[in-house]
Amino acid sequence: MQAEQISIFLENKAGRLSEVTGILSENGVNIRALALADTTDFGVLRLIVDDNSKAEQVLKQGGFTVRKTKVVAVEVQDQPGGLHSILDILHRAEINVEYMYAFVRQSGNNAVMIFRFDQPDEAIRVLSDNGISVIKGANLYSM
Amino acid sequence: MIYDIEYETMPREALESIQARRLQATVSRVYATVPFYRNKFDEAGIGPGDINSVSDLQRLPFTTKQDLRDNYPYGMFAVPMDNVVRIHASSGTTGKPTVVGYTNRDIHTWAELMARSLAAGGATRGDIVHNAYGYGLFTGGLGAHYGAEKLGASVIPVSGGNTKRQVVIMRDFGPTVLTCTPSYSLHLAEAAEDMGVSFRDLNFKCGIFGAEPWSENMRREIEEKLNLTAVDIYGLSEVIGPGVAVECQEAQAGLHIAEDHFIAEIIDPATGEVLPHGETGELVLTSITKEAFPVIRYRTRDITSLNPEPCVCGRTMIRMNKISGRTDDMLIIRGVNVFPSQIESVLMEIEGVEPHYQMEIDRKDNLDTLTIRVEVSQSAFSDEVKELQRFEDRIANEIKELFGISAVVKLAEPKTIARSEGKAARVIDRREI
Ligand SMILES: [Zn+2]
Repeated sequence: MQAEQISIFLENKAGRLSEVTGILSENGVNIRALALADTTDFGVLRLIVDDNSKAEQVLKQGGFTVRKTKVVAVEVQDQPGGLHSILDILHRAEINVEYMYAFVRQSGNNAVMIFRFDQPDEAIRVLSDNGISVIKGANLYSM
Repeated sequence: MIYDIEYETMPREALESIQARRLQATVSRVYATVPFYRNKFDEAGIGPGDINSVSDLQRLPFTTKQDLRDNYPYGMFAVPMDNVVRIHASSGTTGKPTVVGYTNRDIHTWAELMARSLAAGGATRGDIVHNAYGYGLFTGGLGAHYGAEKLGASVIPVSGGNTKRQVVIMRDFGPTVLTCTPSYSLHLAEAAEDMGVSFRDLNFKCGIFGAEPWSENMRREIEEKLNLTAVDIYGLSEVIGPGVAVECQEAQAGLHIAEDHFIAEIIDPATGEVLPHGETGELVLTSITKEAFPVIRYRTRDITSLNPEPCVCGRTMIRMNKISGRTDDMLIIRGVNVFPSQIESVLMEIEGVEPHYQMEIDRKDNLDTLTIRVEVSQSAFSDEVKELQRFEDRIANEIKELFGISAVVKLAEPKTIARSEGKAARVIDRREI
């Protein structure tokens, strides 16, 4: 049930982000979601794309440090308290959220959030037990 | 393999008597032929007749790089130019270059020393040597070349630069021995990887690397990435060039000094006092067979120590430890003496640090600041910012613990820190003092 994310190390220098997007677009890789976490001197770019192995390969060839990370895509009801109820379930199960960000497309009427957990399998079990839908990687990349 | 069994395994007593005889002859000759030495010896009130044993060497004055510069270009030559068959020069990054000369016999001696060195590193006459030391005024290229020919190996005189072509040659010509600077060997490994060539598929068995200081960790990295046995070779053009000392493949623990041609001392760089074996200080070398350009107690500015313990390889020549720094690249940061090589060893002990780093020193509001840029490796990279920050903190803490200096560690993208094909430029000191 887990999905794959591509993480890229970037120094905080002008133009680095556009180099990444440039390499991906030249190679026909489509970006489905993107989040950048940064500090004063470097950043980590996190991407969900439609072709992980190709993205990893072309970015490595472009000289970037790249790694694949397992993440979990969760459907969130598009209404007040939708996200809160999910975080509440996770909190009560003592599952840590390392970070999260929003997916661009919706799944039906629901929003989609990408979560990075320290214990992803346990998180998926707890969410499913509580009636929260987790989206399969294969479905996510083509949404 | 030992190239010259007679000399390299000579009993210490016999060796010391040869040294004494050769030292005496050298001192007499420079006194007679080089005005600089005659004046220096006269000033010190000492003559050739006072030098009767190796321990008398301590009574002679030192020779410095500045002395060589002051006598630019040929003032230190001890033979007429008619007898000089080769001239080399060391780079003059500060001031004039140092010009050195060789007679026919000097060239022969040097080739013998390099043949010994290549053999100590594992080369034999059946090998093909890929010689990527620069050819030209620099002694590395021609030194290794003549040594490989003397040994009877086949030399590919590829010289430095044009790395892609070098990778093609390595793949197609099947060389078995690599000679170049240690940093260039890693540069070759990266270039090969980029071109889809694996060192596992190449024929290299050993490499003889020198012309810049390198650490044990860098050795491990080179041996793993290039799939060969790596030994360190030491030399400097003022003394003869590469081949003054070399590690044996058997022990890979310290470089055997060719004591039948050079006498080594370790001194306290501040006082000039000779230090006992095992203590760390500045290496001082005296040549005892050179004709065109003899040097008496030449201060190398290289920091090391001597190890007289017998070696498993059977050589009786004393060993010097790997160079751990230079007296002249010692940095004083917030009053603390720091050798870049010490920082390097700290970095190399930390899992995931690439051997590519740069130290930047600035002065802000009269306070020195040290920034260390380190390339992030695939293994150290995490998608979590806090893990990367923890990695930076870990390096900063290690440095703080060892030197008591706060450093700012900045992770850099791979291959963004300049690779040098000669001596790597590790330090950028922007302080205006
Ligand atoms: Zn040995």
